[in-house]
Amino acid sequence: MSGAPRWTVASVHEALLAKKTSARELAQEFYAQIEQRNPELNAFLALCPDRAYAQADRVDAIVAQGKPLGRLAGVPVAIKDVISTEGVRTTCGSKILEDYTPPYDATAIERLERAGAVIMGKTNCDEFAMGSSNENSAYGPVRNPIALDRVPGGSSGGSAAAVAAGLSVVALGTDTGGSIRQPGAYCGVPAMMPTYGRVSRYGLIAFASSLDRIGPFATNITDAATVMSVIAGHDSNDSTSAALAVPEYAAEIEKSVAGLRIGIPEDYFGAGLDAEVKNKVQAGITLLERHGCKRVPLKMPHTDYAIATYYVIATAEASSNLARYDGVRYGLRVQGNTLMEMYRKTRERGFGPEVKRRIMLGTYALSSGYYDAYYLRAQKVRSLIARDFAEAFEKVDAIITPTAPTAAFRLGEKTADPLEMYLADIYTVTGSLAGVPGISVPCGKSAAGLPIGMQIFGSHFGEARILQLARGFEKAGGFSI
Amino acid sequence: MKISREDVLRVAQLAHLELAPEEVEAYRGQLDEILSYIGKLQELDVSNVEPMALMDPMADAPHQAPRTSAGLDGAIAAAQAEPELRDDVVAPCSVADAVLAEAPDAAKPFFRVPKVIER
Repeated sequence: MSGAPRWTVASVHEALLAKKTSARELAQEFYAQIEQRNPELNAFLALCPDRAYAQADRVDAIVAQGKPLGRLAGVPVAIKDVISTEGVRTTCGSKILEDYTPPYDATAIERLERAGAVIMGKTNCDEFAMGSSNENSAYGPVRNPIALDRVPGGSSGGSAAAVAAGLSVVALGTDTGGSIRQPGAYCGVPAMMPTYGRVSRYGLIAFASSLDRIGPFATNITDAATVMSVIAGHDSNDSTSAALAVPEYAAEIEKSVAGLRIGIPEDYFGAGLDAEVKNKVQAGITLLERHGCKRVPLKMPHTDYAIATYYVIATAEASSNLARYDGVRYGLRVQGNTLMEMYRKTRERGFGPEVKRRIMLGTYALSSGYYDAYYLRAQKVRSLIARDFAEAFEKVDAIITPTAPTAAFRLGEKTADPLEMYLADIYTVTGSLAGVPGISVPCGKSAAGLPIGMQIFGSHFGEARILQLARGFEKAGGFSI
Repeated sequence: MKISREDVLRVAQLAHLELAPEEVEAYRGQLDEILSYIGKLQELDVSNVEPMALMDPMADAPHQAPRTSAGLDGAIAAAQAEPELRDDVVAPCSVADAVLAEAPDAAKPFFRVPKVIER
């Protein structure tokens, strides 16, 4: 990374108002950076300069007229390639959508642009967001900008890498079992999964509908809070979006953290947790205590069952959602003599190995004779995991855990063993199943210089509270503890 | 061994996936390992637990009136008690051209596919 200070939402805003730069110049600056760094990082799959410059010119015209600027005016944003963008190729990291161009924008995209954001391009990800390392992309893996021999995490690896490398100021990712928070931890940037229902998913290409969420990556908590305020809120096009007022998060987060009760579940600090990660997260907790937070030991006894539960529910839903890729309406078609043959050949050629594995696992779990033993039982255990959270939030304001059991692993290190890869999500899937919001914040680095992430869970729709804690942690110097 | 070669082939057929012969054994081994791990769910007593069929965080949102019990029945009861319905007005939806433009083979207003009915 260059030595120049990083752009933030606030510094872009000030520079535009002071006419020190224009939105167009800023977009040019970021595209130049992308051109330079992307060949080695592979963070972007598509760029959309026409759309970006048209939006930048609109912002510059508003500056010239002296009219009020949107909250994200001129801010370069990167978008995970599972979120629909009108006229901009959207592949989900899959060959089956290699030539797919959505005819409409996702609501989150529409809201970003209405706030003045400049969409730069689409970021690489694991195919259909299925993966924890970005190595399942049909378009090659992303490299971690902090250590090029390491994975950036997944599935939103491209968005995390883009923000960490300064190729965009903020980015959108999606999180189904940890796909925002874990890459945020691996790349050393704040990364937030909002409450289920907080952000509209209209235009998000579905993986597991009872789990999928859209959320931001940023380099600081204030920027993450601002993006949250822009993209959150009810949307009549998404029946699962909550009809609740959206706080102005950036205004809420400066409140003192003194007196907040932070729950520390012992179940997240046991076997399998890397010693360096454990030490840093414990140092992070101690730092919060020094700033007045009250530590409350917790037991969340069903944590150990979360991965098993998640991989039944998520794959079952995926097997249903991905039935739509059949070569009929969009994407790849491989000709066959019969309709069935066309379906099979299209799906065989279009899907990668991990997607097929999950479709088969989900199909098996839902199939006659196995439904009760797998799917129904997993839904019941999901209730128990959600109950663990509900009971914890009767006693605490937030729950603090490591984001992932280790720092970023090496490319290729876990590709041979799918189950081992799944276990990288062990601390994140719990909150996904419970529907609660969670944020990963940087919490120092390992001796090898790899970023470590600390995860803060909040109660349903408690985004303001965890952003406040994250901001307090940031102000206290926790990011470089 | 939880899953056999025949299971893999049956599931692939249900999911409309065509597998190469070498894939069948690879997936069999991997699915077997994953399903064995998932078997730990059998350790828990869930006889008195409702399945979480729907994700409904609004049920315990602090600033909302509490809804009835979780689960599908609860959610239906809640939806009937406070229906969130939009006004019954016609909204334009003229997207056929844009949608068909993305189809691998279309003849407006249809998607074209191989013949499915033999005469």
